[in-house]
Amino acid sequence: MKRVSRIDELLADVEAHLKDGVLQVKEASEKGRPIVGTYCTFAPWELITAAGAIPATLCARGEDPITAAEEHLPRNLCPLIKSSYGYALTDKCPYFHFCDMVIAESTCDGKKKMYELMSRMKPLHLMMLPQTAEGDGSRSAWRAELDRLKDGLERAFDVSINDGAISERISLRNRERLALKSLWELSRLDPPAITGREQFLISEYCEFHFHKEDLVPWLENLVSQIREAYDLGERRVCKDAPRILITGCPLGGAQKVIHAIEDAGAVVVCYENCGGVKELGFLVDEDRPPMEALTDKYLNVGCSVMTPNTSRMDNLKKLIENYSVDGVVEVVLQACHTYAVETYEVRELVRSTGRPYMSVETDYSKSDIGQLSTRIGAFLEML
Amino acid sequence: MLTIGVDIGSVGTKAVLFDGDIVDRHLESTGWNPSEAGHRAMESLLKRNSLSPGRIDRVVSTGYGRKSFAEVDKAVTEITCHARGAHFMDPEIRTVLDIGGQDSKVILLDDQGRVLDFMMNDKCAAGTGRFLQVMATLLEYSIEEFGAVDPDGEMQKISSMCTVFAESEVVSHLAKGVSKDAVALGLLESVAVRASSMLGRLGIKPVVGFTGGVSRCPSLVSLLEGQLSCDVRTYGDSHYAGALGSALIASEL
Ligand code: SF4
Ligand code: SF4
Repeated sequence: MKRVSRIDELLADVEAHLKDGVLQVKEASEKGRPIVGTYCTFAPWELITAAGAIPATLCARGEDPITAAEEHLPRNLCPLIKSSYGYALTDKCPYFHFCDMVIAESTCDGKKKMYELMSRMKPLHLMMLPQTAEGDGSRSAWRAELDRLKDGLERAFDVSINDGAISERISLRNRERLALKSLWELSRLDPPAITGREQFLISEYCEFHFHKEDLVPWLENLVSQIREAYDLGERRVCKDAPRILITGCPLGGAQKVIHAIEDAGAVVVCYENCGGVKELGFLVDEDRPPMEALTDKYLNVGCSVMTPNTSRMDNLKKLIENYSVDGVVEVVLQACHTYAVETYEVRELVRSTGRPYMSVETDYSKSDIGQLSTRIGAFLEML
Repeated sequence: MLTIGVDIGSVGTKAVLFDGDIVDRHLESTGWNPSEAGHRAMESLLKRNSLSPGRIDRVVSTGYGRKSFAEVDKAVTEITCHARGAHFMDPEIRTVLDIGGQDSKVILLDDQGRVLDFMMNDKCAAGTGRFLQVMATLLEYSIEEFGAVDPDGEMQKISSMCTVFAESEVVSHLAKGVSKDAVALGLLESVAVRASSMLGRLGIKPVVGFTGGVSRCPSLVSLLEGQLSCDVRTYGDSHYAGALGSALIASEL
């Protein structure tokens, strides 16, 4: 009888607990802990938790509620926005259901206008994001927004947030970021220790696990166990599988792209997306006054809504080297103008490193799965 | 070595028997069952050439039905196969435009026939063979008549690319008494414009080779040449470029 592999066992465990987050949020909410919904990587996790609240990323990955959302929103809007709104509208997302407040950011036009409608359903705090990360004006504006958020949280939940609490949260989140980094680094190995799908699964699990004090040691342990199995010779990725980096819009509802890449025999080694290294790959400076450090950290998220978006380009270049990437696939959600326009620059950048690049435009439906597999298959045959 | 390449497209299934050169070719409609169409195409080739299946060294499939067809040594995407097939037909080609039943694609090649870059149309049928087929039926033209309208004749511009909207636009022009030829020319031009913008986005390198079913439409070829201001070559075996490429890849496995 074939022995079940150690990594399979570990992953089966992760998969079995994937939905635990819903329970954690329900329990917390019943005990009176405030729940704060967030939509975007710019939401400062540390401030929300310092207020004693649980920040929950609100689901925006399902296709189902899009039809309902289209009763209020235009059809040619990014699926992420429609899905987010649709879940809220139909009350199908448990996280939205339990949340006492929603934090939104004035990122892309579609999102910020959607939030106006959403504010009819839940108390919503909009953070005014500057258009650029450059210059003192933007920085002080964003700093003021963090202060305004802090006041808002204090008032909403009748608490006071002191610097000590924020610092504590910063160091906890930094530990999570470092643990995630060590997870990602498993894919720097040749061949990678786990597949891109598996990497994504574990990251998702972490995103929706709200007791970070427990999560961090668990994750550290998981990574070291996978590493141990790998060092003992366990291999789940073929040695000559092309190594792909995915960049672009958030992938939540577009995971079919990961599947198409890996079904065609390649492996995703790195995600330069929200949920991947885009935010979590960068630590908050623990040696500076906490509000100052948070301001700089979140202002520099390499999102395409920023102009120019220098930090994304710099980071991409580094990641391509660090992960010994063979090709880059950019995922653009339909009707996302900022990322779609930015593909031109990303293409130039990737080509300048001598590697092939492809962008795919997609949505949350299954209708283009055949075409995706042809496109991606052909791209991999090119390598 | 004897190989077969099978290209199972959404409309037609093409197969090529290959021994370093094309020995024979076969075309049939795909119908509802792509794997069966693949079978039939292979069997016809074997039968016609009095070959037993054991004589074939390798089979490679391509096209949208490539994965449903089990008895192959490998499934390769149509992009790679078209590139190889086109290069075999004409080694000077550096840009392939392929307009098929459901997809259009543009492929840049190196001097070995390898893919440097490519682009495919999005989900809708605008600018594909399907679009022209619907319009030909509407005008009550055969595809041959449609493809032979005088490219220098009078033209009625068609502003809509979407098959559904273009259809009603055509109907209204005809109702107003515009000639069928002028409307046909307008439709062909809208396909040419769409194809050339795709070519433009990828950046064309001469020589441009035009493959796929729609390449057998001479008036479209000359409209395209006008749009691109360069020669566009077509080939007798254009239709078989994908199958030819797969047979070629099979011989190198
Ligand atoms: S891509 Fe930009 S706007 Fe979208 S979630 Fe990430 S940071 Fe927010
Ligand atoms: S994917 Fe693009 S359009 Fe959609 S929410 Fe993010 S930035 Fe906005």
